[in-house]
Amino acid sequence: MTTVLRPHAEDQFADELAILAKTDDRPRPPGWRLSPWAVTTYVLGDGGQITPKYVGPRRIVEVAVATLATDRALLLLGVPGTAKTWLSEHLAAAISGDSALLVQGTAGTSEEAVRYGWNYARLLSEGPSRAALTPSPVMRAMTEGRLARVEELTRMPSDVQDALITVLSEKTLPIPELGEEVQAAKGFNVIATANDRDRGVNDLSSALRRRFNTVVLPVPATTEEEVDIVARRVAQLGRSLELPEIVTGLEEIRRVVTVFRELRAGVTADGRTKVKSPSGTLSTAEVISVVTSGIVLAAHFGDGVLRPADVAAGITGAVVQDPVSDRVVWQEYLETVVRGRDDWRDFYRACRDAG
Amino acid sequence: MPAESAARAASGPRALPGGHPGSDRDGGARRGRAGAPEVWVLGVRHHGPGSARAVRDELHRIRPDLVLVEGPPEADGLVRLAADPGMRPPVALLAYVPGEPSRAAFWPFAEFSPEWQAIAYAAGAGVEARFCDLPAAHGLALDAEPVRRDPIGELARAAGYDDPERWWEDLVEHRGEAGTLDVVAEAMRAVREGHVAEGVEARREAYMRATLRKAGREGFARVAVVCGAWHLPALSPPPPTPSTVADDERLLRGLPKVKVEMTWVPWTHNRLAAGAGYGAGVVAPGWYEHLFTAPDRPVERWLTRAAEVLRKEDLPVSSAHVIEAVRLAEGLAALRGRPLAGLSEVTEAVRAVLCDGDEPKVELVQRRMVVGERLGRVPDATPMLPLRRDLRDEQRRLRMKPETLTGEHDLDLRRPLDLGRSRLLHRLALLDVHWGTPRRARSKGTFKESWSLEWRPELDVALVEAAVWGITVEMAATSRVRDLAAGANLPELAALVERCLPAHLPGALPHLLGRIEDRAALDGEVRHLMGALPALVRARRYGDVRGTEGLAGVTESMLTRICAGLSPALTGLDDDAARAMAALVDGVHGAAGLMDAAGAPGTGAPGAASAESGGTTGSEGPAGMPGGGTTGSGRWLTTLAAIARRDDLPGLLDGRIVRILSDAEALEDDVATRMARAMSPGNPPARSAAWIEGFLSGGGLLLVHDPRLLAAVDAWLTGLPPQDFADALPLLRRAFGAFPAPERRMIGQRIRSGHTPSGGAGAEYDDGLAAGAVRTVREILGRETGGRQ
Repeated sequence: MTTVLRPHAEDQFADELAILAKTDDRPRPPGWRLSPWAVTTYVLGDGGQITPKYVGPRRIVEVAVATLATDRALLLLGVPGTAKTWLSEHLAAAISGDSALLVQGTAGTSEEAVRYGWNYARLLSEGPSRAALTPSPVMRAMTEGRLARVEELTRMPSDVQDALITVLSEKTLPIPELGEEVQAAKGFNVIATANDRDRGVNDLSSALRRRFNTVVLPVPATTEEEVDIVARRVAQLGRSLELPEIVTGLEEIRRVVTVFRELRAGVTADGRTKVKSPSGTLSTAEVISVVTSGIVLAAHFGDGVLRPADVAAGITGAVVQDPVSDRVVWQEYLETVVRGRDDWRDFYRACRDAG
Repeated sequence: MPAESAARAASGPRALPGGHPGSDRDGGARRGRAGAPEVWVLGVRHHGPGSARAVRDELHRIRPDLVLVEGPPEADGLVRLAADPGMRPPVALLAYVPGEPSRAAFWPFAEFSPEWQAIAYAAGAGVEARFCDLPAAHGLALDAEPVRRDPIGELARAAGYDDPERWWEDLVEHRGEAGTLDVVAEAMRAVREGHVAEGVEARREAYMRATLRKAGREGFARVAVVCGAWHLPALSPPPPTPSTVADDERLLRGLPKVKVEMTWVPWTHNRLAAGAGYGAGVVAPGWYEHLFTAPDRPVERWLTRAAEVLRKEDLPVSSAHVIEAVRLAEGLAALRGRPLAGLSEVTEAVRAVLCDGDEPKVELVQRRMVVGERLGRVPDATPMLPLRRDLRDEQRRLRMKPETLTGEHDLDLRRPLDLGRSRLLHRLALLDVHWGTPRRARSKGTFKESWSLEWRPELDVALVEAAVWGITVEMAATSRVRDLAAGANLPELAALVERCLPAHLPGALPHLLGRIEDRAALDGEVRHLMGALPALVRARRYGDVRGTEGLAGVTESMLTRICAGLSPALTGLDDDAARAMAALVDGVHGAAGLMDAAGAPGTGAPGAASAESGGTTGSEGPAGMPGGGTTGSGRWLTTLAAIARRDDLPGLLDGRIVRILSDAEALEDDVATRMARAMSPGNPPARSAAWIEGFLSGGGLLLVHDPRLLAAVDAWLTGLPPQDFADALPLLRRAFGAFPAPERRMIGQRIRSGHTPSGGAGAEYDDGLAAGAVRTVREILGRETGGRQ
């Protein structure tokens, strides 16, 4: 079939979108390929032909879809690894059939990426004209009435972020060089993602913030869910990295997940003891990387079985991001929680040695 | 029992069992036999604004001459109080068995309760209102858990809703039309199809029917019954079981009975909320009240109020926010296929638009608005409040009549009577009923308390206000402490424990300790922990006199946290902060010693044991790792030993810690070396001065009486080369100059009289023989490390 490494969502799930479009008889907002109801079904699945794309609370998706239907921009917040990008891609694919109108926010993102640039050869030869203008993904989304996606919005410099204000409030993009403007067609909207724990890099100005409805994507709700995600992802990674086969006890993964969840939530799994949360993000993605590196250690330097000592260093590194305050948090956790668990004795010792 | 039915619906007019059919819609009630009254049964769901409004409208339409409400008939005499201007819902009818505080039942009413609206209608229209449920005298005697059926849940599931509340909200609460209620009544009939009431339920319904018949005999012509929808089929034809007068009488014969008192008590929205121990509670009393009171546009008004709540907390929320929130709530309702935005949609809108996804802000709105902080009030004419009655009983039991017992009193806590009195006074103080003012006891010792007692009239008012907390003094004080603990920080919590212990509140203390545990875990400021620990350890020392189980665990874990967090907290302190920190370190040090003594009573000499092993703890503890020792003080000393290795400590603290460790013989290197290093010219003079000040703190008298200390200082001093001595002299002048002149003189004398080892007798003693005496003395002094003084 296709030779691309990773097809766009609208291509990969084209048949599901087609099924929904055929059966969908509810009113569609102007410019939408599907009705809000069908979009929700596409993302969450219907237990039959439509596979679930996002596993999480239904209300999150409903609020997100309702937001886009009210022509307010949508801001997806969450720690890394909570499927922000994944969700925004599928929303764009379902609503406008195109998830490729993407601006990646980085420290080096320039205003051209949000507004428009120039084809300098043409600009020099013909002077400023519409033909010499290179539209940004946002500008194309406006003219075509589609969804534009902005990834890692808070990584962009503030002045670039603020270029979105006019776009979002007036739904126009002025081109002063030509004395023209681009007016957004119906169906245009913006989905932005931002990292919750990354706060303070380039915080949104309140003027811009006001244009967004904020939806916070939660971390997996239960330990079992997270253990499942981690185990599956670790197995995939192991295959693609072609690591030697080793025994990964679910027990060890469950322990790492438990440690991360407890520190993240600030309370032990049994709900009896509060603990401090460290400054790091402690996302599911980090659990996966701790376990993967533990497997590498066990495979190359250990006895082929994932043991507490293999993950201890990784956990300590992930938890202790700030050398002073996080170390206190980690030691408190070790002494007040880990120490008291009888079947965690090896782990306690390994962490003490590692720290 | 009022809690049973979560169902409500208003039916059209229904006749009594046994009445003829024959009806005309609208106002035309089914007429019964000649002389039998017309009866309307309005089946409701307790606490629902939609049915409250429907009931109010129906009653205005029906204009009955008697209103029967589901509730205990003992309260018939209290109904008129509902019209009193001093009465403000939420309130509850309380039935209790005098002298048995645990046997009590509540019937809460909120503004939006249909039952309350019925009572209010009766009071306003000047018609009689009565309660028709099984008397509380039987209910409390039967002591049976009412059968909890969820007819609404079954109906909602049949309609394909996962959340019964939402189904109700869509169907009834947002419409409040009698027509809809009719449909629900039909549905209720279907749900109850084939159900045979038994046990308490059968008796309750039998009693309701009996009350109806009695009303007929008394000549009432138009009777309206307001009860849970579940009972509706039992009160109107066709009866599910052949219910005859004889059957009902048989059911009601020979029921057990207890003496019951009834009164109104103030209630809160908080307690109305589900999970507050009341089955028919509602999740969102504040939202329901809003739905009931808002004249129109409930969603817009709600979101505007939410914006006001947030603005009061100085959070920027503009009108544009509110507009967008309304649009989102409506969009979401449309997406979910609901006719109107309900609580879950508005909450999502508040979260996504007004609060930027920030959970704490959402919780603020949740607390202030969705649950609400409304407090009910009862008029002064209310019969004697149970709290006051309980206080009177207590006063009688403890023989301390307010009228006679005034002036100053000494209580000997070893006597049960006095102990009871002390507890009562402390509990009242927690309720802000300051009958007694504690005075400084004239004698020393922890078993004496001195109070001056005076019952002032305003204390009666305070007692009425305290009635909201509970029906006995102990219960009220317990809930009050829990309430105070909710918003308190760590030092306040520690103070609360000290107030709570003498009041003997076994129900409050574990909760309080739990809060302390939580706070301690979350409080990043190790100084707060250090400040709170000594007070808690002192409280723990009360031991068996007051009963302080549970404190041990809390103090142990606090010490662990202190040990983990102390080292980073000692960085970057200025002079004042270092001085404060030194005091805290001293406090924790004393507390750590006490903890061992309290934790292992009778196991010999914990102090001596740890002092003996102290010399080695420092070296065996893993580097920088608290937890080396097994006892509290062992871990504490290990922590200090690790800290003492640092060279960036403020002088005062360094000196203080070296001194503590040297007293405990836990210092890794020799005192003289440390002293020499601290006093050497490489240090800024100010640091050296601070060091010696920290080291010698406790005053010159210690130098006089502690030959080891003196010897250590002396060894360092005499070992100084001449040049260094000249350099150190100003510092010493500064440290010693702070001592009073007599102390300096005594130090001089001690040195002159041959210092090593001074104290004479101390030099030669048999450790084995002395151990017992030393142990006892240490126990008495409550310290274990400062020995050999």
